[in-house]
Amino acid sequence: MEILQITNLKKRFGDKEVLKGLDLSVPEHSIFGFIGKNGAGKTTTMKMVLGLMSPEEGEITVAGEKVTYGQTKTNRYIGYLPDVPEYYSFMTPREYLTFCGEITGMPKAEIKPRVTELLELVGLGKEKHRIKGFSRGMKQRLGIAQALLNRPKLLICDEPTSALDPVGRKEILDILLAVREQTTVIFSTHILSDVERICTDVAFLNDGVITMQGKLSEIKAGYRTEQYLIEVENEADADKIAAKFLGFNTNGRESEKNGQKVLVFQEKEHTVHEVMEFITKEKLPVLKIERMEPSLESLFMEVVAK
Amino acid sequence: MRTFVAFMKKEWMEHMRSGRIIILGLLFVLFGIMNPAVAKLTPWLLEAMADSMEESGMIITAVEVDAMTSWVQFFKNVPMALIAFVLLESSLFTKEYQSGTLVLALTKGLHRTTVLCAKSVILVILWTVLYWMHYGITYIYNDFFWDNSIAKNLGFSVVCWWLFGLWVVALMVLFSTIASANTTVLVGTGVVVFGCYLAGMLPKLGKYLPTLLMDGNSLIYGMKEPEDYMMALMVLAVSGVICLGVGVPVLNRKRI
Repeated sequence: MEILQITNLKKRFGDKEVLKGLDLSVPEHSIFGFIGKNGAGKTTTMKMVLGLMSPEEGEITVAGEKVTYGQTKTNRYIGYLPDVPEYYSFMTPREYLTFCGEITGMPKAEIKPRVTELLELVGLGKEKHRIKGFSRGMKQRLGIAQALLNRPKLLICDEPTSALDPVGRKEILDILLAVREQTTVIFSTHILSDVERICTDVAFLNDGVITMQGKLSEIKAGYRTEQYLIEVENEADADKIAAKFLGFNTNGRESEKNGQKVLVFQEKEHTVHEVMEFITKEKLPVLKIERMEPSLESLFMEVVAK
Repeated sequence: MRTFVAFMKKEWMEHMRSGRIIILGLLFVLFGIMNPAVAKLTPWLLEAMADSMEESGMIITAVEVDAMTSWVQFFKNVPMALIAFVLLESSLFTKEYQSGTLVLALTKGLHRTTVLCAKSVILVILWTVLYWMHYGITYIYNDFFWDNSIAKNLGFSVVCWWLFGLWVVALMVLFSTIASANTTVLVGTGVVVFGCYLAGMLPKLGKYLPTLLMDGNSLIYGMKEPEDYMMALMVLAVSGVICLGVGVPVLNRKRI
């Protein structure tokens, strides 16, 4: 089942059309990477899912229920972590989570153990200070705790790792991976290594529409290029191979000598067997032969360039 | 109801920990003590200044002070106390819009109406407690030094002022739902109150305007009777309820 379904979502600010008919569906129990440049409309989309902003056109459903602006009932299914979460800084993390539990209407007896459990999960179990003095990383971790409090079906994180140092980022990603069993995670980002690390599904937002969407593995497979790479031990050997094969390019994609000891071949031009045969015949020492996978970065660049 | 109580608890905690309660409390206590103190000190002050005043041609005779002097002072100080209250509480809503602290609470299913109700109730409670504390202190001192019974319609006049404060609270709430910055709340509330005050100078209009209720002196001196305030009280009640009622849909449509 789709936990989140967006159809034909449109929004404009002044004369700038930010979303031009966005369609998106997020399957249950996925970690969904929502990728786009800064200013692409990721936060706008998320705010509309949360009923904090009204769409001009289009429909959003969460767990099958339509999202309404203002009094948003569907928010009971959602846990939300904004890009810069703001708390009542005069409270301690425990007091804040207890407050959140009370306003969500959690049973009284359940609040205390759940708060303790979540504070342990995000590593704030022993924190007795008020939120006022918290670092960004600590605030972000508290943000995940509050978002998970009422066991949401959908956890929405808006650029949760953008402003963090590598240690903070790893902590957040580990927590998101850990909660996948309990909920569906959708997080927006422009940090592609984070997506590759934990996401099962992705969608690219560009120019107000989703340009590509699906399982990360399938998208990558679909874009597999017919390229392979050969790295040899010394430069002279690399030159030897280059002299034999390179320079016979037929189309735009060229086989090339990429660095001193590395050669990249297009399968269409020279099959891997053909090149290997030559290497064997000449007894050239090889370091590695590798089929090249498309990186998310190259996909992103391709999507953005379209 | 539980979410309402939880939000009230949060508001109370904020007031306590930010020290706002203490500042407001001290201020109102101070005003309460000042009313009889000024009355008590007036003869002494005038006596001290008598010599220099005599040189400029003014002759001070024995000055009589009584509870009335203190009550006149009370009605002079209440507007100051109300202004201090409005200044300190004007950011009650807007601070939350600006910092974004409401976003998380609202996305947890907290109703916007609950926010409005809880914040309005906390303002009403604060004004009520502080005002009556101010009144109580003045009353007790006056009773100790002089005789409170010489003031006519005292109970009615102070109730009028308390209601006027509540009306200002309703205005604050309405402007807090419209505005995003506390300066707009201050300007909006100020313009309406001052506008009413100016319009009140027109004799025909005056008896309908809530600002009439600020005129406690006329009541305690017996120049006016409670009946003269009835129209203004009606207008106050109706417009106050309208302010709160309009605030609900306005807040519901607000982009947060």
